[in-house]
Amino acid sequence: MGLDVDTERPEPPVAAAAATAPPVQAGRPRGLLARLDRRTTPYLLISPYFLLFAVFGFFPLAYTLWVSLHDWELAGDKEFLGLQNYTRLLADEAFWNAVVNTVGMFVLATVPQLVIALALANALNRRIRFRLLFRMGVLLPLVTSVVAVAVVFSQLYGRDFGMVNWLLGLVGVDPVFWQGEKWSSWIAISSMVDWRWTGYNAIIYLAAMQAIPRDLYEAAAIDGASAWRQFWKITVPLLRPTIIFTAFISTIGGLTLFAEPVMFGGGRVAGGTLGQFQTVTMFIVDKAFRDFEYGFAAAAAWLLFLLILLGSMINFFFVSRIRGTR
Amino acid sequence: MSALAIRRRTKGSRLWDAGPLTRVALLGALVLSTFPIYWMLVIATRTNADAVDVPPPLLPSGNLGDNVSRLFATEDAHFFKGLFNSLIVASTVTVSVVALSTLAGFAFAKLRFRGSKVLLVTVLISMMVPLQQMGVVPLYIMMVRLGWTGQLQAVILPFLVNGFGVFLMRQYTLQAVPDELIEAARVDGASTLRIYWSVVLPALRPAMAVLGLFTFMQNWNEFMWPLIVLNPNNPTVQLSIHALNAAYQEDYTLLFTGTALSVVPLIVLFIAFGRQIIGGIMEGALKA
Repeated sequence: MGLDVDTERPEPPVAAAAATAPPVQAGRPRGLLARLDRRTTPYLLISPYFLLFAVFGFFPLAYTLWVSLHDWELAGDKEFLGLQNYTRLLADEAFWNAVVNTVGMFVLATVPQLVIALALANALNRRIRFRLLFRMGVLLPLVTSVVAVAVVFSQLYGRDFGMVNWLLGLVGVDPVFWQGEKWSSWIAISSMVDWRWTGYNAIIYLAAMQAIPRDLYEAAAIDGASAWRQFWKITVPLLRPTIIFTAFISTIGGLTLFAEPVMFGGGRVAGGTLGQFQTVTMFIVDKAFRDFEYGFAAAAAWLLFLLILLGSMINFFFVSRIRGTR
Repeated sequence: MSALAIRRRTKGSRLWDAGPLTRVALLGALVLSTFPIYWMLVIATRTNADAVDVPPPLLPSGNLGDNVSRLFATEDAHFFKGLFNSLIVASTVTVSVVALSTLAGFAFAKLRFRGSKVLLVTVLISMMVPLQQMGVVPLYIMMVRLGWTGQLQAVILPFLVNGFGVFLMRQYTLQAVPDELIEAARVDGASTLRIYWSVVLPALRPAMAVLGLFTFMQNWNEFMWPLIVLNPNNPTVQLSIHALNAAYQEDYTLLFTGTALSVVPLIVLFIAFGRQIIGGIMEGALKA
């Protein structure tokens, strides 16, 4: 499907580029020098990326594994522990609490987000005035910084003067201390994630929807299929690759959640008085930079990676069933 | 034209008109999306007494100047320094990411070299690994050894390249630069670097703008790594807000003025380049 789309795109303005193409350089020796250029320059071009990636991306990643096998002090003293950090982690209630919180908030944040995004994209795909205004409007949350969002939402969810409790009060619900409980803090934090990312996903779905040939819908309409049926039988199945992509992005983002819960908890990585909204990433930072247990934190980082792999696989399993319902 | 064809066309076009329900839903989405930002701006222009009023105030007032001067006078937040540092960090990273991504993207899209497929797959895999969270401990140890903790290079160097940029530029180069153009330049005796500079870069300008805007926003918003490796005396703007939030949790106007000032540059960029940003996301989505 992606390939079909590529060929339909309008031709880029190559004329301007052609005009600036270098003039003929007569009499230049082509043989050896040109061959050397063709052989080595590609590596020259990619080397800055790979050098920087090796030093600041790959090396820390690999070194985490080494650190995780030790009792590691910042000064450089270390003692080899084998897999002890891992066995200790798997028996650590605080770690499992963080895993449950992370997964819980991930589900609460991702499922509504993608479902609403689909509906929103479908609405944005209709003919309407002020099209650009609507598209920019739903994308605006993406532009605001996570920290700012978290500060504003924390105030909106404030116990005494927050707008959410005020609105709930209008319909007779008692004020909620949103930071106090697991369920309430999960909802509050997930709503920040939803608010920020729903529009972005909607725009991505919208792009994919516009690539679906309209004849399909016209034919279905002539056959008497309702808009609802068209949506489920044409739009959703054809959007499958895109849905997989967004689910995948959301999995990585959701399972590494950090800034929102930290700011919601007043800037601390403890995630509430009893860790009711401490995520795994907060747990890692907590262990590494407050308890200075580098090896233990490194082991947690690898378990986080496993969690993400698992999440991606489960996601893929669910999303790949979309076609099955056809 | 037959009657059938005409009927089909009118039916087809009516199919795509937004119904009243769709309009209401879209309007609701627009309000929900913009309200928290609007609320932030409103509180930034108010007094603390207004911020806890019931019902909440929904219109701006005249207290913005007061709040801003109070914000810059709040010494432990180092707000001006934070804004300045964020500008330096985000700009440096943006220039680097855009430049290095076009170089590598061009090589992967148009040049033949041994190992290119394997290396490209490496780039793709690197996009799928949360490198920042996974490598945070060694990266910190590294910065301590280099003596860079608390300094801006500690939050610049790890972000100078990213796989997403390389991949985006490769995809864009594939469609924006015809092979014939490159071959023609080669026949004319242009070196690969010359081709990059005179043929490829001009054609990549739209994609460079989009990647640049995204990178700038992303790095302006970076929170976790600066929180770990910088100290409160030399913050980025996000850390300034973090400090404000910790020390003045009840001072909503001060806090919201800070968040508003940290967000306004991004909103201005977004309003100026919104069309390109949306286009960029939509194109990126099609290619992914």
